[in-house]
Amino acid sequence: MSLRNNRLGALALAAAALLSAGVALAFYWAPEDADQGFSQRIFYIHVSVALTAYASFGWAAWKALRLLWRRDERYDLESYTAVHVGVMFGVLTLVTGSIWARISWGVWWSWGERQLVLFLVLFLFYSAYFMLRYSTEPGPRRARMSAVYALFGVVLIPISFLAIRLAENFIHPVVFTREGPQMSGSMFFTFLVSLAGMVALAFALHQTELAGKRLDLRLQELRKALAS
Amino acid sequence: MTTAEKYVAAAYGVFVGVLLLYIVIYSFKMSRLEREVRELADLAESRARASEPEREQAPAL
Amino acid sequence: MTYLADVAALARKDLLLELRSRDTLPAMLLFVVSTLVVFHFSLPSGSSDLAAVGLLWVAIVFTALLGLTRAFVAEREQRLMDGLVLAPCDRSAIWLAKGLSIVAFLLLAEVVALPAYALFFEPVSGQMVAGILLADLGIAAVGTLLAAMAAASRARELLLPLLFLPLAIPVIVGGVGASVADDPARYLGFLGLYDLIFAILSWASFEYVVTE
Repeated sequence: MSLRNNRLGALALAAAALLSAGVALAFYWAPEDADQGFSQRIFYIHVSVALTAYASFGWAAWKALRLLWRRDERYDLESYTAVHVGVMFGVLTLVTGSIWARISWGVWWSWGERQLVLFLVLFLFYSAYFMLRYSTEPGPRRARMSAVYALFGVVLIPISFLAIRLAENFIHPVVFTREGPQMSGSMFFTFLVSLAGMVALAFALHQTELAGKRLDLRLQELRKALAS
Repeated sequence: MTTAEKYVAAAYGVFVGVLLLYIVIYSFKMSRLEREVRELADLAESRARASEPEREQAPAL
Repeated sequence: MTYLADVAALARKDLLLELRSRDTLPAMLLFVVSTLVVFHFSLPSGSSDLAAVGLLWVAIVFTALLGLTRAFVAEREQRLMDGLVLAPCDRSAIWLAKGLSIVAFLLLAEVVALPAYALFFEPVSGQMVAGILLADLGIAAVGTLLAAMAAASRARELLLPLLFLPLAIPVIVGGVGASVADDPARYLGFLGLYDLIFAILSWASFEYVVTE
């Protein structure tokens, strides 16, 4: 599938529009939170990015399942790219979450923040995904192993979350808590717009990267064909 | 700007920064792919030229 | 019932090989005891006894890693894996057999580790033992699959810990919780859930990992 400029362009434009609208809404229209004040506005970007990361990992697992089902190596690149996008958004989640922790409690990290801890574990897990890929010869076996690993990842998400919740009872006491913003309608709308923008962005990045990787692959094949 | 505002701006700024960084890295990849295409095109052309003289000789035989 | 017969045959092969070569298990035993001694020196005075429990679990996980790293070494070095994969048995039988032998190794290592722990630190409770048993199953299930993946790569021993540790985190949480909590049932239940889910997942996906 070539870089279908029309579709990808439209997608990127939609992402840009939604994100700009989201930022504008977040700063100028959404009401200020009573408890947290101005710093609550990080919520719009932090949670959007987190949910988009989950969606990317889920998408990667879906493509991985398709690969194992259909035994079609075409899905390998799609799955890999989705993991890559997911990790990027995961890193953004960790950074924005850390900044939010800094504003709220003066510390750059809190083990009491379940979402943050979960993303740390996922970051480690999916980083190992790349290690796995880089240290294995390209081919159907690597594609299958990556697919199995991506499936393990998506199962790990709820299990890790459960583990983190259970761990709180005997590890560091949850010192810092944040009232989930009592979301008014306008806050929720702002959040939805931001989320939609992030998802559109993730998808646009995914498609772009996929096209680039596919092109790379085609060129390698071409080179091999010409060399013979 | 209050401290809270600075940090919120930093968060959004990091997002934009990472996005731009992505574009920069991608542009490097793109130039590599362009170079690859140029090399392969040259290779294909030289092979096409190499096979032409053979075709001219064939009828004479 | 040929499936179970295959599993039994494969597991017997692994255990007999270990009995003859005697390289993995003694290393695991020595490693776990050495680690416990190191932990004694690494805990500053005034550390609670609970810290030692956490360290025991870390020792178990890393000892398991040691055993798992060796799990497919023999197969890879002697190209036995190709033979096994060509054999007319369900590939997942390989996983089950290898997993069972890993559980056996872990149990033997713990037979030494737990008395050592009781000697060096504090007595071992029943709930801790229950936790350890459940955790062994989960570690073996996931570890066997990941060891097969790592064996297929160039990085091998380097890769397995990276793949394994994130997945081991829930096991450690369950295990430590089962060891120290007032109501261990919750943590034991969680370990059981982990074992069930990941055993099924590993069993089902093993053949995709080993075939060329």
